[in-house]
Amino acid sequence: MNPEEAAAKPNPIEQFELHRLWPFEINGVETSFTNASLFMLLAALGVVALMILATSKKAIVPGRVQAMAEMLYEFVAGMVRQTAGTEGMKFFPFVFTLFAFILIANLIGLVPYSYSVTSQIVVTFAFAIVVITLVVVYGLYRHGFGFLNLFVPHGVPLPVLVVLVPIEIISFLSRPVSLSVRLFANILAGHITLAVFGGFVVMLLGAGVWAALAPVPILAIVALYALELLVACLQAFVFSVLTCVYLNDAIHPGH
Amino acid sequence: MAIISSAFAAEGEQTTHETVGAGEAHHEGVFPPFQTENFAPQIFWLVVIFGLLYVLMSRIALPRVGGIIENRGAKIASDLGAAREMQSKAQAAAAANDENLRRRRDEAQGIGREAQHKIAAETARQRALAESQAAEKIRAADERIASAKTQALANVEQIAVDAAASIVEKLTGAKIDQAALAKHATSSN
Repeated sequence: MNPEEAAAKPNPIEQFELHRLWPFEINGVETSFTNASLFMLLAALGVVALMILATSKKAIVPGRVQAMAEMLYEFVAGMVRQTAGTEGMKFFPFVFTLFAFILIANLIGLVPYSYSVTSQIVVTFAFAIVVITLVVVYGLYRHGFGFLNLFVPHGVPLPVLVVLVPIEIISFLSRPVSLSVRLFANILAGHITLAVFGGFVVMLLGAGVWAALAPVPILAIVALYALELLVACLQAFVFSVLTCVYLNDAIHPGH
Repeated sequence: MAIISSAFAAEGEQTTHETVGAGEAHHEGVFPPFQTENFAPQIFWLVVIFGLLYVLMSRIALPRVGGIIENRGAKIASDLGAAREMQSKAQAAAAANDENLRRRRDEAQGIGREAQHKIAAETARQRALAESQAAEKIRAADERIASAKTQALANVEQIAVDAAASIVEKLTGAKIDQAALAKHATSSN
């Protein structure tokens, strides 16, 4: 974003635009390396730095960053074990990668002038599709048609089932949508709000006497920024907990 | 969101025009996250980067961190075990030491008592000896005194006889048989 231009016309949507840094395509499909790709790469490198570089010493008494890596590991391991059971631990690497990537991407996105990878619906929807595909494939592989018991709650009389089973099916089908839109909308809305308040500061500064009021939106930005930090962590957590819950359905389909 | 985007729609359009002018393809007024031509490149790079990250995490990072945590647990458990063993050893050593000390004290007391008894017996024997020697000496002395007394008494008689004989001789000029006189003196005694 060009600061001068931004100062002239504050635009809270501009931050989500994709810029082709390295345009190319494979078999007619555009696969340009964009600013979004760059920040995906940065998020992944951040996770690698935390989980691989900081643990290379394998110290018995950990340093700060190694302690952080261990905390993250134990946090996600505890989450998977509690939500999806011990059997769910076979999905631990997937859930961990998902959580760490989304968390670091969200946090990097909060740095001014950076790009929020998770503010793109296509990214969060891709994650959600991977999760739901994993759930369906593993559920069918593990239980065969018994997996369809997921849609038939236990101990419910037949007339109620007629109503309940379609509801269960709809609720299952809406999972990828709710999963992806929740993360996308939270990050998007947060960043738009921050940019709007930033725009207020710019507009007030250009409004003569009203420039005296310019610090007020800055205070709001500070408060919102704290909230966005919470949202960044919370949404990464919510996304991975729900992934665990859905995986638990695949492992134990009977309600 | 809708309110905000409409509020900034005018400016958004201007920006779009400019970026189009700069050579980037955009749909008019389409919100960037919903621009379909942006989907393919993002999915491609997401799959590549997330796939690589998954491989790195599952092959390297997670086994390593899990190993570190497990190692630490094992080390703490073994250290605690060693500490417990040391403690029990120390307790055993302390008990053995106490036992030893008690035995030695008893022994020392026994030696002390024995020595006391020995000394007491020795003292008693020596006292008895000294007493018997003293009694012997006293008896001898008594005997000597008695003999000296009789001797002295006998001498007194002899002196008296001599004195009587010399008195009689001086007075009468007659010699008196001393034996007769002595015999007389003893009988008159």
